[in-house]
Amino acid sequence: MQKENKIIKWLLITLCAVFLTVMLILPLIYVVTTAFRDGVSAFLKAVGDKYAVKSILLTLKVTVITVIVNTFFGIFAAWTITKYRFKGKKIISALIDLPLTISPVIAGLIFLLTFGRNSFLYPYLTKMGIKIIFAVPGIVLATIFVTFPFISREIIPVMTAAGTDEEEAAALMGAGFFKIFTQVTLPHIKWALLYGIVLCSARAMGEFGAVSVISGHLRGKTNTMPLHIEVTYQAFDFTGAFAMSSILVVMALIILITRNILEYYGKKSEEESVKDE
Amino acid sequence: MSEKKESYVELKNVNKSFGGFEASKDININIKKGHLVALLGPSGSGKTTILKMLAGLENADSGDIYIAGTRVNDVKPKDRGIGLVFQSYALFRYKTVYENIAFGLKIEKRDKNYIKKRVNELIELVGLKGMEKRYPRQLSGGQRQRVAFARAIATQPQLLLLDEPFAAIDTKVRKELRGWLRELINEVGITSIVVTHDQEEALELADEIILTNHGKVEQTGTPSDIYNNPKTPFAAAFLGDNSVIENISEFKGFEGIPGKAVIRPEFVNVYAQDESIEHAASVDDAVVSKVVFKGNIIELKLNIKGSEITAYRNVGQKQVIQGENVKVFIRKVFEIDDTKASSRENSIYSGNDSIVI
Repeated sequence: MQKENKIIKWLLITLCAVFLTVMLILPLIYVVTTAFRDGVSAFLKAVGDKYAVKSILLTLKVTVITVIVNTFFGIFAAWTITKYRFKGKKIISALIDLPLTISPVIAGLIFLLTFGRNSFLYPYLTKMGIKIIFAVPGIVLATIFVTFPFISREIIPVMTAAGTDEEEAAALMGAGFFKIFTQVTLPHIKWALLYGIVLCSARAMGEFGAVSVISGHLRGKTNTMPLHIEVTYQAFDFTGAFAMSSILVVMALIILITRNILEYYGKKSEEESVKDE
Repeated sequence: MSEKKESYVELKNVNKSFGGFEASKDININIKKGHLVALLGPSGSGKTTILKMLAGLENADSGDIYIAGTRVNDVKPKDRGIGLVFQSYALFRYKTVYENIAFGLKIEKRDKNYIKKRVNELIELVGLKGMEKRYPRQLSGGQRQRVAFARAIATQPQLLLLDEPFAAIDTKVRKELRGWLRELINEVGITSIVVTHDQEEALELADEIILTNHGKVEQTGTPSDIYNNPKTPFAAAFLGDNSVIENISEFKGFEGIPGKAVIRPEFVNVYAQDESIEHAASVDDAVVSKVVFKGNIIELKLNIKGSEITAYRNVGQKQVIQGENVKVFIRKVFEIDDTKASSRENSIYSGNDSIVI
C-alpha cells in the first residue's frame, strides 16, 4: 500500500512537471530565445521602435487608469454587497462576475454597439466631441469591463469574514464613511486589495480580445502591446513580435513574484487574526 | 416627580418585521433612569432586535422610541447618546487597547490632553493598566470585555446597551465579571440595558427584568417578582429548573386543579423511607430514577405518577440511590393554562389543621 502510494505520488509529480514544461516553460524559453535570435542590438532596436515605445506607453496608461477605476469600483461594490441588506443583492454579485464568463471579444463588441456609429448615442457623443470607438477611451472602457471583477472578488470574502460589527461600532461612535473605511475596514482588506490590484494589472496589460475589437489597430495611436505584437507578427517581424512578448513576459513574472509575496503576507495577517478568535 | 419624567427609556407600541418574521410585536417598555435592566429571553425571542432599535442599528416599522424624553426614531445612531457593548465586543483588531478606547473621543475631536487623561482614567477604572499598547488578540476574553466596556462609556453616553456581554467568556470568569460589571455600572451611574438568555445572569445582575418571548414582552418586574410570581405560562416555565406536570390534579394537595402545572425543585421535599414526614397525609410515592451529584447539592430525578420531576437534597442528608422508593411532599406549584400562570400552595396549608413550617 505504502509503495503504491509512493508510485502514484511520483507519477503525478512527473505528469505535472511534463505538462508545465510543454505548456509553459518551453514556450517561454522559445519566446525569449526568438527575441534575442538576431542579437541584443536587434532586440533593442525592435523594442526602441517608435511604434513599440508608443504601444508600451499606451499599455501602461490604460493599465494605470483601469486599476484606479477598478480599485474604487471594487471597494464600493464589495462594501455594498457585504455591509448592506437589500433585494437584488444576489443579482448584483452575479453581475460582477459576468466579465469572467463572457468572451472578451463579445465585451469589445458590446462597446462597439453601444458607442459606435449605429448607436443612438453616437450623434450626441460626436456633437460633444467625444470619441470612444477606435480611440483610447474605448480601449480603457473595454479593459475596465474585462478586469472589474478581479478586485471586488478578492476583497468580498475577506470583508464577509470580518463581518460588520467593527464598522457598526465605529459608526455608532460617530465616525463617517471615510474614517470608518480608512481606520477600520482598510487594515482588514489591505493584503487582499493589493493582491486584487496585482491581478487586475496583469490582466489589464495582457488584454487582447476586447481591445482588439474596439481599438481599430491604429499604429502609434490605439495599439497596445498585445496588439502591437500581433501586428508585427502578422508582418513576419518575428524578432519584433517576440521582443515585445518577452517584455510582457517579464512584466508577468514580476507580477507573479509580487503576487506570491502579497499572498504570503496576506496569509500571515489572516493567521494572526484567526488567532484572535 | 411625574411618571413621564421618571421613565428614561420608553418604547411605545413598537413593531418590527424582517420579511415575514415578526421580531417585535407591540413592544411597550419603560426604563427608569439609573436602572440596570435585563432583557431576558430565549434566542430568537426578539431581545436583540429591541436593543438594535434602541441603538438605531435597526428602524422600528411602527411605534415610538424615546430616550431622555426625546423621540429618537429619526435620530441618527451616533446622536442618540448611546454606548454599545457588542456581543462579539467588536474591538478594532488593528488598534491597541488605548486606541480602541480613544476612538470615540477622537471622532468627537476632543482636546488631546483631555483624551489622554480620559483614556488613562478609563484604563485604570477597568483595571487594565499596563496593557495600553496591547492588541485585542493579545488579551483574554475577560480583558477584551473590559476594553469594550471602557470604549462604550468613553464619550460619557447617557445609556449603555450590552448585548450578551458574557456569552464569550468561560463560566468561572463570567461570575467574577458579572459582579465587576454591576459594581462598575453603579459607580458610573449609567442607565444600562443588558440583553441575555441566561436567567441566572439576569436575576443576579438586574434591578428589573423584561422577559421576552416570540417577539413579545411576557412580563416585567424585579428579579424576585418575576421569579416568584410568574404571570404567564412562559414565565413560569422559563425561570428556574422546572418540570411541567400534565396531571397535577392527581397529586396530593392539588386535587381539583384542572390544567397543567410547573414544579420547581425547591418546591419539593424528598423523604427517604425511614425519615420522619411532616405532612404524612399529603405525600406521594415516587421512585428515584437518577441521582446527579452537583457538588453543593444532590439533584434527583423522580418518577411520580407517570411524570418526571426534579428535586434537590442537601449533601448533609442521608444519601438516596437510584431505584429507591421515596416519599414526596410538594409545597407549591404554578398552575398554568394557555394564557396565564398563578401560584398554588398545597391544600394542606389552607386546611384547618395545617401545620406551618
